[in-house]
Amino acid sequence: LSFSREAQLFVEKFEGALGKGKGKKFYAYKVMMTKKWMKFQRDFENFKTACIPWEMKIKEIESHFGSSVASYFIFLRWMYGINMILFGLTFGLVMVPEALMGKPYGSLPRKTVPRAEEATAMNFATLWDFSGFAQYSVLFYGYYNNQRTIGWLKFRMPLSYFLVGVGTIGYSFMIVIRTMARNANEDGGGDDTSFNFSWKMFTSWDYLIGNPETADNKFASITTSFKEAIVEEQESRKEENIHLTRFLRVLANFLALCTLAGSGYLIFFVVRRSQKFALEGLENYGWWERNEVNMVMSLLGMFCPTLFDVISSLENYHPRIALRWQLGRIFALFLGNLYTFIIALMDEINLKASSLFAFIIFNRHLGKDEDFQQLEEEKIVKYNMTIWEASLYNGTIPENSTAPPIQVDPADVPRGPCWETMVGQEFVRLTVSDTMTTYITILIGDFLRAVFVRFFNYCWCWDLEYGFPSYSEFDISGNVLGLIFNQGMIWMGSFYAPCLPAINVFRLHTSMYLQCWAVMCCNVPQERVFKASRSNNFYMAMLLFILFLSTLPAVYTIVSIPPSFDCGPFSGKTRMFEVISETLEHDFPSWFGKVFGYASNPGLILPFILLMVLSIYYLNATSKSYKEANLELKKKLQSVRNRKLLI
Amino acid sequence: VYRLHGRYHEMAPNVVPMDYTKDPDVKLPMQLIINMPELKENPFKERIVESFSEDGEGSLSFNDFVDMFSVLSEMAPRELKAIYAFKIYDFNTDNFICKSDLEQTLNKLTREELTAEEITLVCEKVIEEADMDGDGKLGFADFENMISKAPDFLRYGFKNKI
Repeated sequence: LSFSREAQLFVEKFEGALGKGKGKKFYAYKVMMTKKWMKFQRDFENFKTACIPWEMKIKEIESHFGSSVASYFIFLRWMYGINMILFGLTFGLVMVPEALMGKPYGSLPRKTVPRAEEATAMNFATLWDFSGFAQYSVLFYGYYNNQRTIGWLKFRMPLSYFLVGVGTIGYSFMIVIRTMARNANEDGGGDDTSFNFSWKMFTSWDYLIGNPETADNKFASITTSFKEAIVEEQESRKEENIHLTRFLRVLANFLALCTLAGSGYLIFFVVRRSQKFALEGLENYGWWERNEVNMVMSLLGMFCPTLFDVISSLENYHPRIALRWQLGRIFALFLGNLYTFIIALMDEINLKASSLFAFIIFNRHLGKDEDFQQLEEEKIVKYNMTIWEASLYNGTIPENSTAPPIQVDPADVPRGPCWETMVGQEFVRLTVSDTMTTYITILIGDFLRAVFVRFFNYCWCWDLEYGFPSYSEFDISGNVLGLIFNQGMIWMGSFYAPCLPAINVFRLHTSMYLQCWAVMCCNVPQERVFKASRSNNFYMAMLLFILFLSTLPAVYTIVSIPPSFDCGPFSGKTRMFEVISETLEHDFPSWFGKVFGYASNPGLILPFILLMVLSIYYLNATSKSYKEANLELKKKLQSVRNRKLLI
Repeated sequence: VYRLHGRYHEMAPNVVPMDYTKDPDVKLPMQLIINMPELKENPFKERIVESFSEDGEGSLSFNDFVDMFSVLSEMAPRELKAIYAFKIYDFNTDNFICKSDLEQTLNKLTREELTAEEITLVCEKVIEEADMDGDGKLGFADFENMISKAPDFLRYGFKNKI
């Protein structure tokens, strides 16, 4: 038997050479080329996999912690990609042209640090707070000049700023929806779960492994995969006492609602207090009072999710469903916080603007009065400026002919309020403080805790590793939501502060490394490792919702609020989107403007919207019917296979 | 084949002759073979060597050595691989994969990280899924039927490069 096998091997190897004389060499050559090509293909596949950033790290985490934890890191990597593109857009089309071709620092009042602040402009504390020098630079909205074209390229700066702002939002929508669609496709695909355990047992070992570290990872991933399958099996076998479970779930939901209401009230209370402080002048209070709102929001964000976690242990759901409930509740918590924060922000804009002028006597109102108030403030500033200019002429002898223009240093010119820059600054400060909080939480909550448990275990009364503190598990829901809300901040603020995507890219990059290290070093896998749902569509749906919410304020300001008259690329216009009509007038031939005018007629737009809604409905209906047909075919295939087997 | 001979030779240069024309009777013990770099990390290395060895003890003659690598290579046909896979996973060599064989396989795969009840659960599930004739253990027909439907078998199962 062994001889025949050896002969078979020999014949296979030298088949080409044993063939007909003429084709011999060519056949051998062909065989060699095929082998080389296969080897090249394999190497290229390896290279492509190695090129995906952080792939090895994520695979390692997946093998030790399961696919749900790894799904967070995959999500983080995907976000990083999006932010890189947003960064490319804002940096390349907005910041670089202004820096290279716009008027330099110090040439215009809006580009110069005012005389009063000059002394502290370069201090680190001021820069960390993003005022001083940082405020009067390409990083923020206020620096940009409203000249229609700049430089020898005739680069249309205001148009570019507007289009980049709109384009970032449009691109984000597109890519989120495209990813959702792609995930939905994959979901309906292979659902073959017969022989699940058998395949795991007999075919999961990769016989090509020769490296002990890879072998370690492979063992861990096999174990994790078995554990995940076991959890699925146990869940499907579980028997429940329906009435008790329902009662407990209702109770848990009630407790969660109480927590949400409590946190909302607390924020409201703190915001009112901070307004009271502001009225009395912020200099009288220490650091805590000044940053009270931020600190309270961060602390709430830290402790409430743990509370939700405890509550959810009452509910006894499948771990994946429990994760979704947890995500939903924390989402509601953060939304409430965000909403109250925005209210606080609107109040603060009014506060800063009005504190500049001692003789403002109007009360602060929200909403419709804002417009009125802004106009009033601007009138006052313009009045102030004419008085100030007149005072400059006081010294010289007024002549009948026009006096020569007096050179004034831009630093001395009084400024109007620039609410866009203030808004941008607030967003940047919030992002930075959020980042700091996250990192410090990781370092203290995970790392120090692990160090404490590891080293103090020997001299402590009870077993630290199994008992109270023990090592922490990776908090998937908190981290995912933190990521999503952070992205919401970026989308909201990048119109007012073009530097935000850059800051976020930096933050995501460092966060990836820090969290990968922290997970492998300080965390232990959860007790019940469960398989993440095959698509990330749940995260995507939340992201889409946040994207929609965060574009609302920006769109509202573009359409309804007049831009500051003194700063930014849209100064002097009544509405920001007028830059489009201006471009149409000047840069395009006249017939284009006419066509556009006809096309934007409501009579055309409404039927178009109706058509789109109808086509969405039609596509939805056809896709449902395809899915059903697919399932039917699969069932038929399965029954045919089973029949063949029995025969 | 020459390369294989080279590898076989370098494992025990003083024992293995370079010249096979006289068909000498040389066998290498299991310990040496297990330490080959291709097999070192494999949890089933002992079983692999045992199932190719003629005397069942684990010592491989050069013929057995060549057989082993030929089956493990990419070019071996699927049925052959399935036959040898069955032999490898059949720890007590009774031509059936029974529950204890499954338990041993599982322990080797997970390096004994699973608890006893998890192990019993998995073994029960495997028998439930793959046992078609209802005898409580997997015969070769059951095994082949299950393996033939597996998408990953050919890719990860038995490839090797020399």
